[in-house]
Order: sequence, then C-alpha cells, then structure tokens
Amino acid sequence: MSKWLNPRSAFGITLIAVALLGLPFVAAMGGQAWVRILDFAILYVFLALGLNIVVGYAGLLDLGYIAFYAVGAYTWALLASPHFGLHLPIWAILPIGAALACLAGVLLGSPTLKLRGDYLAIVTLGFGEIVRIFMNNLNAPVNITNGPQGITLIDPVAFGDFKFSGNTQLFGLTLSGPMKYYYLLVALAILVVIINLRLQNSRIGRAWQAIREDEIAAKAVGINTRNIKLLAFAMGASFGGIAGGVFAAMQGFVSPESFSLMESIMILAMVVLGGMGHIPGVILGAVLLSILPEALRYGVGPIQMALFGKMMVDPESLRMLVFGLALVLVMRFKPAGLWPSPERKRELSEKRTEGKA
Amino acid sequence: MSTNLPTPLLEAKAVAKHFGGVKALRDVSLTIRHGEIYGLIGPNGAGKTTFFNCMTGLYVPDGGGFTFDGAPLVADAPQHAAARGIARTFQNIRLFGNMTALENVMVGRHVRTRAGVIGAMLNTSATRAEEAAIRQRAIDLLHYVRIEDRAGDLAKNLSYGDQRRLEIARALATEPKLLCLDEPAAGMNATETEELRELIEGIRDDGTTILLIEHDVKLVMGLCDRVAVLDYGALVIEDVPAVVQKDQRVIEAYLGA
Ligand SMILES: Nc1ncnc2c1ncn2[C@@H]1O[C@H](COP(=O)(O)OP(=O)(O)OP(=O)(O)O)[C@@H](O)[C@H]1O
Ligand SMILES: [Mg+2]
Repeated sequence: MSKWLNPRSAFGITLIAVALLGLPFVAAMGGQAWVRILDFAILYVFLALGLNIVVGYAGLLDLGYIAFYAVGAYTWALLASPHFGLHLPIWAILPIGAALACLAGVLLGSPTLKLRGDYLAIVTLGFGEIVRIFMNNLNAPVNITNGPQGITLIDPVAFGDFKFSGNTQLFGLTLSGPMKYYYLLVALAILVVIINLRLQNSRIGRAWQAIREDEIAAKAVGINTRNIKLLAFAMGASFGGIAGGVFAAMQGFVSPESFSLMESIMILAMVVLGGMGHIPGVILGAVLLSILPEALRYGVGPIQMALFGKMMVDPESLRMLVFGLALVLVMRFKPAGLWPSPERKRELSEKRTEGKA
Repeated sequence: MSTNLPTPLLEAKAVAKHFGGVKALRDVSLTIRHGEIYGLIGPNGAGKTTFFNCMTGLYVPDGGGFTFDGAPLVADAPQHAAARGIARTFQNIRLFGNMTALENVMVGRHVRTRAGVIGAMLNTSATRAEEAAIRQRAIDLLHYVRIEDRAGDLAKNLSYGDQRRLEIARALATEPKLLCLDEPAAGMNATETEELRELIEGIRDDGTTILLIEHDVKLVMGLCDRVAVLDYGALVIEDVPAVVQKDQRVIEAYLGA
C-alpha cells in the first residue's frame, strides 16, 4: 500500500491521469470518429479485463464471452427504448444487466465444469452462438428482440438531466457525446482494474490460480473447485453484462450482428496477446488490438492513394492480414504475451542465464 | 494389539478398489492412532497411492470406507477431506508451478479462511486482516520447513528437495490432524533424507499424526511407530517395525518370492 505514497509512483499516476484526461481532446483534432475509436478501445479494455478473470486467473478457455456482452446489451436495449416503451434509469438497468449476464454465466458454467481446455472452448463457443441466434430469432411468435433488424432509438446513459449524448458546454469547453462516454468508460475501466487487482491478491483469486495450475492439487488442499470455477464464470460474465449495457447506450442501436464469434475471439486474443493474467498486459493487448485495426483502416487507404494513385489492397482484408501476422509473431517470439507478469519474465530470463552457464 | 485404546484417528474398514481387472485394494482394514507416525510400505504397484487417493476423496472406493476422527468420511469429495483435517502430498509433486512458494502455502490456508469476492472487491477491514493473517501464517510455515528464502520464487523453479518441502508446508497450512506423505524421500540423497526425517519428527512432535508411504525401508523402520505392509492390494501385516521386519511374508513380498 505504501507503494502509492512514493513520489515516483505519484508522479507516474499524475502523468497517466493528465494523459487520460487530455486524450479525447487530442483525438478530437482528427475528428469525432477518433474519439469513438478511443471509446471502443476503453470498452475493450473493460471486456478484456472481465475475460481475464475467467481465462487469465482461472485458466478456463472461454470462447463465448461475447454472449454475456450480448445479454447486457439487450437488457439495456429492451429496458430503455421505445421497443417496449420502457425507459428505466441507469442505476436500475446496469445491475439488472449484470445480474442477468451473471445468471447466463452460471448457466453456461454449471454443465461445463468437468470440461477442460479444448472441450470447454468448444462448448463455450457453441453457447456464444446459441445466444446470438436466440437474439436473431426471438422476434416470433412474440417479438422480444426484434430479430435481425435489432433495436433502435436506445436511450443514452443519463444521470438525471445530464445526458451522455449530444454536446455539453463545460468550463468553456465543448464536450461531444463520444467525449463524455470516454470519461464514463475510463471511470468504469479504472474501477474494473481496481477490482481485478484486489481479486488477484485475494483468497478467491489465489484459488482461481490454483485451479488453473493444478486442479487435483487444488482439490486436495480443500478448494471446492466447482463453486470457485462457477464464481469465475459469474464474475467475468457480470463484467461482460455491464460493458454490454454501456455499449447499447453508446451506440443507440443493437443487433445480433455485433455479437459474432469473431468478437469473442478478438477479446480472447487481447488477453492472450497482452499477457494472460497480468493486468497491464491485458490493457495493452486490448488497446493495441482495438486501435491498430482502425488506424490501418484509416491509414492504409490514403497512403496507397498517395503512393500508387489507386487502391492496391482493400484496407479491410489488409486489416485481417496484419492482425493474423501480429498474432503469429507474438506467439512465436513472446509466447507469454507482450507484457507478461514480472514473475513470468524473471523465469524466462533465468532460463536464459541457465542456458549460458 | 491391545483393545482398550482411545478411538483411533483413522479407521479404514475393508476398503476395496479395482481398475478394470486390476484389484488395486482388496478389503484393506487398518487403524491409525492419534499422534503416531504410521508407515505404509509395499512393492511397486501394491496399492499404496490408491489407498491415499481413496482416503482423500480423489477416488471413490468400490467397497468399504473410512472413519476419521469419530465420523465417516464422505467419498468423492476431496475438499471435505481437507476440511475434516486430512492433508496430503503427492508422489509426483503437484505444486502450483506458476505461483510463488509463498502463494502456494497461502492457497493452503483457503479451507481455514472465509473471505469472499465481495469482501475482496470492497477490500473490507475484515478481509485485510484475514489476508494479513494468511500471509503471516504462510511465512511462518516457510520458515518451519526452512525454505523462507525462496518465498518469492515460482514453485516450479525450486529445487527438487525444496519442492517436496513446499508441498509439506502447503499441506500443513490446512491445519491437518492427519498428514499423509506419499514417498517424500524419493529422489533425495542421504543428507536430504536425514533432514526430511527431522522435519517429519518435528511435525509429529508438534501434534500432527503422520501417515507415511515410503520405499526407503531403513527410513520407515527407524521413524515409524507402526507399519502396515501392502502386497498386491492386500494388507499383509500391521504392527510395530520390529515385528514387521522379521515377518516371513514381508520378507518374501520384498524379495519377490
Ligand atoms: N487411475 C488408475 N487407473 C488404472 N489403474 C490404476 C490407477 N491407479 C492405480 N492403478 C493400478 O493400481 C495398482 C496400484 O497402484 P498404486 O499407484 O496404488 O501403487 P503404489 O503402491 O503406489 O506403487 P508405487 O510404489 O509404484 O507408487 C497398480 O497396478 C496400478 O497400475
Ligand atoms: Mg505410489
């Protein structure tokens, strides 16, 4: 705890705080599109940290994480839009969304607890698809989700009269909708970082890691592996649900398309690429994988036009190419992720010195 | 042999276990008394580890059962065995490799502590106090098994002997009444074995009953109060070392008659 008091960390934290506060204004110089990209980067940080509990801490390979995001998003969409004519406030919807996602997590978790690794991955993958297909088809006989058309005109986040959509004048500055969401998302992300940190160094967090390392030994020291794994699913799912709610409010629109398998894989890739189980690594992974593709999308077209005078490669396909290449390179040269935990790093360097001796 | 002893700590009654055609345990009955070091020996494949696994709930016995500390043990529930006060080590060491030595022992405190997710997220004062107690106890235990200087190292980077010690510390962290050690001296040299012997005696003197599987007959005979011999899944004899050593059936089992 005294770590926080030392002047160097205090300076570092101030620097990060100033950067976080100023970032959207810098991005806004490139247009509001860039602020929205930032928003999504932070949203992915939030999601990746939620998944990190399941995959990084408890070691349960979950390929259907996006399902919980979908549950949260649809909860918000249904409870705060003209679709049912409901307009509940945020303090009611977010907990409901988190609770429903948590329930979905337990539903997914309980039948799959005996499965490990690949088998678990396949079942969770199926679960993610089932949820998406449900959203797609729950428009008949009773129209609940409005099917593939999705739900529109979703209420933005609002605290009383203060709405997060549209412009606001504050201290002579003009804050756009995406900028306001940015600050909200940063606040939420900081909260989830703190929760992740606290869980990591807690009795439950250690039990998760113990199960990840050796389930039989974990049982032998008295850990109820079934309950503790369910807890990991439930926690991760709740975070997914909250992120989904904010996503729905920010977009004003949800449809099943946003919750494809590719999204699940993307979030998993953020966790793995950054450094499983290591919070700064996961954040880095989420930021890189959400911003780089966008940068490519916006950067590649103009560069090609300037160099060759015409489009040689479609930016969209180049994006996937670069993404795949990055994954392969990281897994080849930094198998523990771009920014693994110090213990893992020390272990690698120890191996290296051993090799030399 | 005498009948007017207090109730034993552990009583195995006709425990049977088979894997397909292999009868790993054939109606094994034995009793372990409070405060003793009890040896379990037998040739390779005799069923010693299987007996451990049945007792600690990793396997469900096909017949018979256990009474521990006056109440029956529930089969198929390792976490209950630990909660009741049975801790074990593994023949092929099973540590939490990517966690530090200290964290490994802290995990051992799980079953004796109660902080949940909410307490951890809110970082309540009760949680902080419990966490500090867990840490302190784990440090003390690392001192107890004399590997305190490796506290911050990943378990998998410890030397073989230190890993064995760490496994014992983790088991002790659950505050067992009965500590079961599966071949703790395997792969140790003479000095390490001697140190281990001192450690085991110390643990017993501090009040924990010990069940010891070991191939090192010299160690077993010197250390144990009573010894049971398994051969082909059946109990051959259960008695004090002096008697066991002279038993014709034991000599045959070991010499492979
Ligand atoms: N999970 C299992 N599945 C099938 N057979 C098993 C299993 N576990 C043990 N066995 C068999 O049961 C018998 C007893 O094995 P066990 O491991 O209990 O012997 P042990 O006395 O511990 O031997 P060692 O001294 O080699 O450790 C052996 O024939 C073994 O092959
Ligand atoms: Mg064995």
